Amino acid sequence: MNTDLVDLRAKVHWVWRETLLVHRRAPETRLASSLSSIEIFVALYYGGVLRFNPSSPRDEERDRCIISKGHGSICMYPILADLGYFPMEELQHVCEAGSFLGGIPDPGIPGYETINGSLGHGLGVATGMALGLKRKASDRSVFVVAGDGELHEGANWEAIMFAAQHKLDNVHLIVDDNRISMLGYTDDIVSHGALTTRLSAFGWECMEVDGHDVLAVQASLQQQKAIAGGKPKAIIAKTLKGRGVPGLENAPLSHIINPKPDLIDSLLEKTR
Amino acid sequence: MSAKPLAMRDAFLERIWRQMAEDNQIFFTCADFGSPVLDKIRADFPDRFVNVGIAEQNLINVSAGLALEGYTVFAYAIAPFITMRCYEQVRISLALLSEVWPMNVNLIGVGAGYSYVVSGPTHQCYEDITLMRALPNFQVLSPADHVTASAFFDTCVITGGPKYLRFDAQVLPVIYENALPDTSKGFHVHKSGEAICLVATGYMLHTAIKAADELTSEGLRVGVIDLFDLARFCTAEFEDVLKPYAGIVSLEEGFRGRGGLDSMLFEFISRRGLNARMLNIGVEGAYCFELGTRTELHEKVGIGPQAVLNSVRTFAKSLSNQEQTC
Repeated sequence: MNTDLVDLRAKVHWVWRETLLVHRRAPETRLASSLSSIEIFVALYYGGVLRFNPSSPRDEERDRCIISKGHGSICMYPILADLGYFPMEELQHVCEAGSFLGGIPDPGIPGYETINGSLGHGLGVATGMALGLKRKASDRSVFVVAGDGELHEGANWEAIMFAAQHKLDNVHLIVDDNRISMLGYTDDIVSHGALTTRLSAFGWECMEVDGHDVLAVQASLQQQKAIAGGKPKAIIAKTLKGRGVPGLENAPLSHIINPKPDLIDSLLEKTR
Repeated sequence: MSAKPLAMRDAFLERIWRQMAEDNQIFFTCADFGSPVLDKIRADFPDRFVNVGIAEQNLINVSAGLALEGYTVFAYAIAPFITMRCYEQVRISLALLSEVWPMNVNLIGVGAGYSYVVSGPTHQCYEDITLMRALPNFQVLSPADHVTASAFFDTCVITGGPKYLRFDAQVLPVIYENALPDTSKGFHVHKSGEAICLVATGYMLHTAIKAADELTSEGLRVGVIDLFDLARFCTAEFEDVLKPYAGIVSLEEGFRGRGGLDSMLFEFISRRGLNARMLNIGVEGAYCFELGTRTELHEKVGIGPQAVLNSVRTFAKSLSNQEQTC
């Protein structure tokens, strides 16, 4: 697919609808945390940011994209199908016996690089890949999409310090900062405060962006990609968990709420 | 081959250092843990050496990332820390991920059993065999001397997948003076015996050999096997070796009855339908905060030379009583 001419806003809308449909068919999937990250993935895959090759997912010339917030990436299923990683038909069978599209993605899915159902591993593995790419004199980058709740895992901070120490400016962390983990608002659980301030203090190049403005996310990613500078880079995308679904959007327990099929149907009808 | 005993880590790291000059696809990572030979690696290959700091979780994840980029990785830390501090990362980023992608990551854990004698139970390691053998896709390699440790370097380079090398922290006498052990077999028969066979791993092989000599002088001819590959010994050949024995004794510097060498031998014997009875010699009870020599500590927890002799003698008697009863 030539992604140069894609209308990113229209693509976001299409992915949002397809994600609802996937969840309607497979309610075992986590919907709310997928709805906060759609613009991030659309900007990465359709906004000219990532270099990738659906016909050869592990192409050496690809940028690596580590989807660390495993559960919250069901929106990647329609994206990967749309880009040609696997047939669209597969979206009809998510979580069914025999399908490779499960409730939590794994690297058996073309386009997924690592195992991320268990949170807090993506960034560490990404820093190892980034170091390896540097040593191979490759100009490819490693993008990591993580949730803010996931940053409670201490291993992330080992990786954050490591990436700064080794000047891994080929690491791009995009935090889906929806401020909600499973049992409530992260500010009430263990607050990260201002993540940009924290990550800057750890030696990272940071930007904050409206995570639901796909053009702004795209522009931020492009802007950071152009910087060499020796610092790893982070974009804190301010997002809403359960975006666009009444009862789900920004609800503290949205991670474990499943909207009723009727609600999904009416939403899809209204937003047609 | 040098008969002069070396630390396992120095013999192994020496081979890595030599190979790094030939092969620029070898990367060495460590969690702030050194050795004299490591100084050569740090000095000569600064681009392929990285100290992640006291951060074993990241040690594993960085090593996994490097392996995904095609490097053969050697990750180095103290045994309890490179296994238990980061078990989740070992499970997810190595055991699980290596089922999907080719990865060659070799975890070098130094400090098997009580080998950090005066450091106490934080640095001693009695659970690692159990934990590491529980992970599919992992090889678990447990040498008894530096010659075997050094030979495992070839295994690491030739065989892909994740591996755990369980090294002693002390310099142990050389077992394989004259010939390299056949590492592909998983075990080595040191001595054939009658009725009873001692199957030992790591440091406990030395105790087993001494015990066997003593018992032989008493007229009890016991066999001795070095079980150094704890994931790949389950072969017909191993079965044939064990078959003649009525009694099999497992000896490990790890907790007894908690899923270590004793369990794996039990499982093997049971699966293969062998008739042998078993005696398990391993660390009894709980953690040990006491100070003493390694031998003294071993005697306290039931795995010292004297304790082994007594246990095997009693076992031999019970076997012969059983025979008479039959």
